[in-house]
This record gives sequence, structure tokens and C-alpha cells, in this order.
Amino acid sequence: MNISSGEPQAPRAVKASSARPMTGNEAFARGAWEAGVKVGAAYPGTPSTEIMENLATYPASDLTAQWSTNEKVACDVAIGASFAGVRALTAMKHVGLNVASDALMSMTYIGANGGFVLIVCDDPGIHSSQNEQDSRYYSRLAMVPTLEPSDAQEALDYTKLAFDLSERFESPIMVRGTTRLCHTRSLVRVGERREDAPKGFVENPDRNVMMPSNARASHPRLLERERNFEEFLNDSNLIRWEPGDTKVGVISLSTPYTYVKEVIPEASVLKLGCSYPLPSQIIRDFAASVERLFVVEELEPLVENEVRAMGLTIDGKKFFPRVGELSPELVREGFVAAGVLEPEDEQPGFDVTDTPRPPVMCAGCPHISSYLSLRALDARVMGDIGCYTLAAVHPLRSIDTCVAMGSSIGNAIGLAKAGGERRPIVATIGDSTMLHSGIPALIDAVYNDVDITVILLDNQITAMTGGQNHAATGKTLRGDRVHRIDFVDLIKAIGVKWVRRVDSYDLSAMLKTFREATEYQGVAVVISDRPCVLDPVKIRGERMEVDAASCVACQACMNLGCPAIMWSDEWYDGHHKVRIDPDGCIGCSLCAQVCPTNSILAISN
Amino acid sequence: MDMAQKVSAETAPGTTPGATPDTTNVLIVGVGGQGVIMVSRVMARIGQLQGFDVKQSEVHGMAKRGGVVFSHVRFGPTVWSPTIPRGKADILLALEWAEGLRWLNYLKKGSGTFIADTRHIVPPFACLDRTRGAKLGYLAEPPGVVLDQVADGYALDATALASALGNHRVSNTVLLGTLSVVIGFAPEIWQKAIAEMVPPRTVEVNLKAFEAGRRWAAAARENPESAREHTLRKPAVLPELEARDFELRITPEWCKGCDICVKMCPERCLSLNALNIVELTEPDRCTGCRICEWLCPDFAIDVIKTLPETASR
Repeated sequence: MNISSGEPQAPRAVKASSARPMTGNEAFARGAWEAGVKVGAAYPGTPSTEIMENLATYPASDLTAQWSTNEKVACDVAIGASFAGVRALTAMKHVGLNVASDALMSMTYIGANGGFVLIVCDDPGIHSSQNEQDSRYYSRLAMVPTLEPSDAQEALDYTKLAFDLSERFESPIMVRGTTRLCHTRSLVRVGERREDAPKGFVENPDRNVMMPSNARASHPRLLERERNFEEFLNDSNLIRWEPGDTKVGVISLSTPYTYVKEVIPEASVLKLGCSYPLPSQIIRDFAASVERLFVVEELEPLVENEVRAMGLTIDGKKFFPRVGELSPELVREGFVAAGVLEPEDEQPGFDVTDTPRPPVMCAGCPHISSYLSLRALDARVMGDIGCYTLAAVHPLRSIDTCVAMGSSIGNAIGLAKAGGERRPIVATIGDSTMLHSGIPALIDAVYNDVDITVILLDNQITAMTGGQNHAATGKTLRGDRVHRIDFVDLIKAIGVKWVRRVDSYDLSAMLKTFREATEYQGVAVVISDRPCVLDPVKIRGERMEVDAASCVACQACMNLGCPAIMWSDEWYDGHHKVRIDPDGCIGCSLCAQVCPTNSILAISN
Repeated sequence: MDMAQKVSAETAPGTTPGATPDTTNVLIVGVGGQGVIMVSRVMARIGQLQGFDVKQSEVHGMAKRGGVVFSHVRFGPTVWSPTIPRGKADILLALEWAEGLRWLNYLKKGSGTFIADTRHIVPPFACLDRTRGAKLGYLAEPPGVVLDQVADGYALDATALASALGNHRVSNTVLLGTLSVVIGFAPEIWQKAIAEMVPPRTVEVNLKAFEAGRRWAAAARENPESAREHTLRKPAVLPELEARDFELRITPEWCKGCDICVKMCPERCLSLNALNIVELTEPDRCTGCRICEWLCPDFAIDVIKTLPETASR
């Protein structure tokens, strides 16, 4: 433990000139590089995506950084590298850890040879996810020590340290980020890379082969490891006791620690850099030194419950919300409610109106025609994870469900097997999601002979996370050309008899193909075939314009939900005519295809 | 208060009054694709070049999809929270007008500075209402109403200034020019930071845009009335209309049940009955938009006016 003395309590105050601004994700990658990581593997997922992207900016002679098919494969790749005796990193978003957890749960029994670090990034506030799970439950479930940085400097330092700890305790180590940490830039002092000679593979089947007899022997080792790690924490800088006013003691960690320092700088603070295991003796000592004890942690009351289980009196979720992202405002409100801080004078608000601006699909997005066609077919549509989830809302409103990565096909199978659905049953899934976890479900559909249609929305990139390559783009994370998986070949090899590719910008062909696919008895796959308009290259085509004289203001084009189409200043019969924003239009021509009066034309015409 | 004075006063130790006023908070907001992140990175870099601790926090993910983008920049001797508490922003810089209003309550009421492009980027969401005489769902108050409420405010058509330089996309750098006048620090530092952050090919036009923003702000300070300058697209207005002055008439004998109207109705108020003939099953949702009438190959649907025609043109 580190006891900081006197004011100011800013042990990380960084001399600006010697530091560079880095996001948490850049710092995670830098820390791994400095620690001498040799192999990094990940599947993209907000807010973790940029970790592997940044790791790939370091020389290929230093390390391998790769996109893997999904988080479990990525985790297994890193485990394999650890077996080989080199340092290995895998990074994922919180829900990615659900996918990878199977491998992690066994790996924790085996332990690390080369340092093994798993960075998991939670999304409190659900900025871009399907749930708000607290991944720290996995720390306890897998008994994996978990470090929690509070800013980019700590993201670097803790990641680096995590590799040392992994080898010292022969344990996987998790480092937990949050959206706020991952996407906040702050000043970071960087260091140099150290590289150890690889240890090589250690032949030890008793330890490396997880079968019942070996696993039984390993389980007690986990308990011992937990005890040893806690002991280590007693002398570690990961735990920092910042003495202050003894009336109020606050245990905090991760970004909420910075909110505590912001709103109640006078309090005594016990800053935890590690959320599992907890340093129980230090926590007892700290509790004994203050009159009232609080814990400020984001999401679940994990630290709180453990402290309470020690028999200590502590307040946490009573004052600080269990749901959503914390903020200085919420932490302040919590301390006001607890009677620790005085309420601030209510500032009278400004008197202005909010204009709603929900996210929309891009102008020319190739997903638009798929969902317009599905709407026209009145299909029962199982959605999946990707930009196309936006088709659930106005105006396309054609997705009925969205569960998790790759769920759409399995869900469609179940819906079909349940019987009673009179509409055509369709699963829609993106290219990257299909490779991630759609393929096993598609095999299941063929195997179990079900009557469903799968629309593969192949925009040839992992679009939602900002345009990452995958096995069907023919390029690696570093941009190297490799074999490109051909979806038609792949799907036919599975045994699907009815597969067709169709141009996403040909609406009548789409509708016709979709109709035939849904009428086919058995598994039919339609590949909607146009690249994402943003990545890897921004697509610009012949822009369209509206002939205002002939526009009858039916707004059929607005059924597309294209952000480049809006009302013009002219009216027809009490309804707004439309215009097309020339800067937004990319010339996909879908609007022209639905216009009943042929009023939408390419500008060059 | 002049930000430059404020900052320099507080870098001298022992002169900081109160608990937390030693951090300068700049909130930068806009719409995906406008360059909010570039502006905030320049601002953060400036803070660093001045020797301060800096934090810059953004949330993207939905940003590319026309959604709301915002970035918190904080600099000072020691910055703790990465986010600016509501009501604590010293400066709110908006690259789009309605976005400025969305975040206005983050601005310090008595002392904050508001800088915004007056251009409207109308979201598709604002054009949803299909009823007759529908009003645009872009509700933002005009600049006069906003400038009257803030301690210090600058509303400029930065997009027009940028377009005059031949690239409307550098409007964000025009606003940086205005911000630089408000915050202070030597222009050379800003120019250095901008040159570092923008693509090499666009350095020249960005530096020109920065100058344009500075000139505008300097003129606005000389003559505060000109800071209220704005060009706004007036929403098209139609005389008051009775929303439900129409009736949908279906000629069942002519309907062959092709389903086109049912599929294309944006409000989904039509369906086929047991005889495969179209029916208006959700009359309350019908807006009289006429798509069904236009698309019916058999002229089986008419949208008929039920009141004397007075308003349409």
C-alpha cells in the first residue's frame, strides 16, 4: 500500500511537457507494448475496439496484433501464446467476455506461463451495447485478479504491471476499463519496451490438460492464489490510502475515484487499483480510521457487499445509483443525500427547447433496401447486433427482436419450430456477425431442416465499430492481403441449397429475391451485396435531386429513412415537398426507385 | 470574464479562490461528421502546450450515424473528473445550432461563453409528421433568444465563412478562431496545434478558416451587435390547416388485392380483409399522404378533400 502524505494529493500530476495525450485505449495498448507483449488478439466491440487497433500501430517485428473471428477465439489465441511462454493480450467489450468466458474459466485453472492479460471494457450507461453488465462478477467467478485504472496513465501502468503479476502468480489477470476511461484522453508518461527471452512451452500435462482429475487438483491452487494475491496487495502501490478529513472515508476505484476527488477533495480516500481480491486488512484499518465509510463504485455493489461481509458498516448504493454511468453530479448528489455535503444553490436553467436527434442509418446505407423489402413482405424479422439494429425504429420499423451477437438465426429456428407464425420468418445478420457466431446457427438450421430465410447483410466490413477487417474482407488488422472467405462457397458447403446474391441498390430485385427466398421451403440465404458507404472508403456516386415541379409531396422516399432527404420549403396539397441534401447524397438511387412520379433524378441528367 | 486573464491569474500559486475554479471547462458539441473531435483535440493540445494537466472525454459509437457528438475538454493544474458537471462549463462551443441548445444547461449561467454556428442540420426525425400542414420538428430558438440568456455569446454563420474559403467543412476551424479570441493564448500556439491535427493537404485552408473566425470574433467584440449576426432558414409556413380535412375512399370492386398500398403505407393503416380487398383499419393513423392513391395501379383508392379547398397551393 502507498500512503500519500500532505497536500496536494495528486501523485499522478504529470509534467505536461514530458507527457503525451492518450486515450485509455491507446494507453492500454502502449502498456502492453512496453510490457513486451508478443501476441495480441481481439474481436472489435465498443468501447474496446481501439486497443487492438493501437497495438497494431507498433512494429510487426515486435508483436502480432490480429482480429480474431470472435472473442473466444481471440482469448484462445492469447492462451496459446501464453502456453508458448510469451506475453499475450486479449481485449474485448463486456459482452465479448461472455463469449470468451468458457475459455477463461478453464484457463484460470491452468494458469499463465507467459503473462496473460485480458482487458475487458464495460459500458456503464449503455452508450453502445445491448446490456449494462458488470464484468467484475467474472473476476469472482473465474477467480481472476482484476485491476481497475482510473485514467490513461494508470491504464498504461496497470497493464504493464498486470503482465508481471500474471507471471508472478501464474494467473490470468483482468484489467477493467469503462467507456469513459477508454475514450478519455489525458496526459501519459510513456516508457520503453522490455522484451524477455521466451520461456518456451512447458510440458506439464497435469497442469495444462484440464480433465477432472487435474482440475480437482487445480481448484485449491486458485484459493491459494487468491490469498497470495491479497497478501501482495498489502505492499502494493495498487492500493493508495490518501489521508484527509477523518469524518468521511471513501473507498473508490476506476473513473468514479476521479469524481470523488472532484466533489469531496477533503475526504480520506482509499483508492483501490484492484477490485478482486480486496485487501481486507487495509480496508479494516481504513474503516477504523474514519467516522463514516462510503464506497463509490459504478454499477454493481461488489466491493460494498464484500466490505459489508467483513462486518464493517458501509454505505454505497444507498446513495450512489446502481444503474447507469456515475458522474461528478451524481456523486455529489449522493454525498448531499448522505448529509456529507451541502446542497449547491440551484442554478436556474436556460429556457430552450431540445430537438431530438437519434442516430440514423447513413445516406446510401445498403441495409436500407433490405429492411424496406422486409417491411413490404411483412416478415417476422429476427435482428442481430450491428448498425442494422436501427431498422427497428422509425421509419423502417422492420426488426422484431435483437438479442446478442449471432442470435438472429438461432432465434429464427426456434420461432419456426414453435409453429404458429404465419408471416415468413427471417433472420438478418451482418457479415462480421455471421462469421463471429452466425455460422454454427446456420449449420443448426440446415441440420434441423427448418423453413427460414437468412438475409446476410454483407457490407464487407465490421461497420458498427468503425470499419474493421474480418476473414471475409481478405485483409488483416494490419492491412495485409490474405485469403478472402467467399460467403456463397461457405454457405453452400454447409448444405444450404438456396443461396443468392443480390444488389442492395436494386430495390425490385431485392423484393423479388426476398419473396422467392421466403417462399422456398427450407433454409434460404440471400446475400445483400454492397459495401458500407463509410468504410473502408467513403462512397460517392452521382448525386440525386428532386424536380420540385413534379413532386407531389407523397414522401414515399422518406420511407427509406435516408438522412439526406428532408422537407423543402415548398408544399403540395398541404404536404411538404422534399429536397435532397447534395452534401449528404451518395447517389444510391433508392429514392428515385420508389418515387411514384419519377421526380428524383441524377443531377447530371 | 476574460478567460486569458483568468487562466494566467490562476497559474500563480496561492491566488486560486474557492474549491474548484482552477479548471477551465470547454464543452464542444455537434453532429456526427462535423469535426467535434478535431476541435476538442486542438483544445486539449493547447491546454497541454500551456503546461496544464488536461483531460478530454468523448463518447462515440453512434457518432458516425448522424447522432449527437460531444466532447468534454478540461485543463488546469490538476484535472480529476474527465467530464464537466452540468452547469460548470466555462465555454460551450457548438458546431450546430440545435446541438448548442441541447447542451446549454451545461454552461455556467452567470459567466459562461456560448459560441455557435447558426447553421441548422435538420435531423430526419424532424420531418416525420405526415399530416397536412405539419410543422418541422426542429424546435431550436433563434439566436436572439439564446444570446439574451447567456453571459457572453457569439452566434455566427461559420459554415458561410468556411464556404467563402472554398471548403464548407472547415467551419469547425472557423469556430476555433472565435474560441481562440475568447480564451486567449498566443495565436501561434493555436496555429501550431491546428497544423498538427488536420490532414496535411488541408493545413492552409484550415489556417485561413482560423483567421476568419478570429477576425469575426474581433469585430464582434468591437461591435457587440454584430455578434448577433445570423442567417437562418425560415421554416416554410402554411396557413392554419384543419388536419383531418380528407377522407380515404376505397372502391372495393376495383381492388384486386395486390397489396402494394398495404406495404407502402408509411403509417401502416391499411390491410387486406378476408376477401382480399383493402380496408382502412387504422383510420386515426391515416395522414392523407396519398401514397396509396399514387401507387394503386387500379385507381381503387382516392383521398378526397372533405372541406372547401382554401389553403393548399
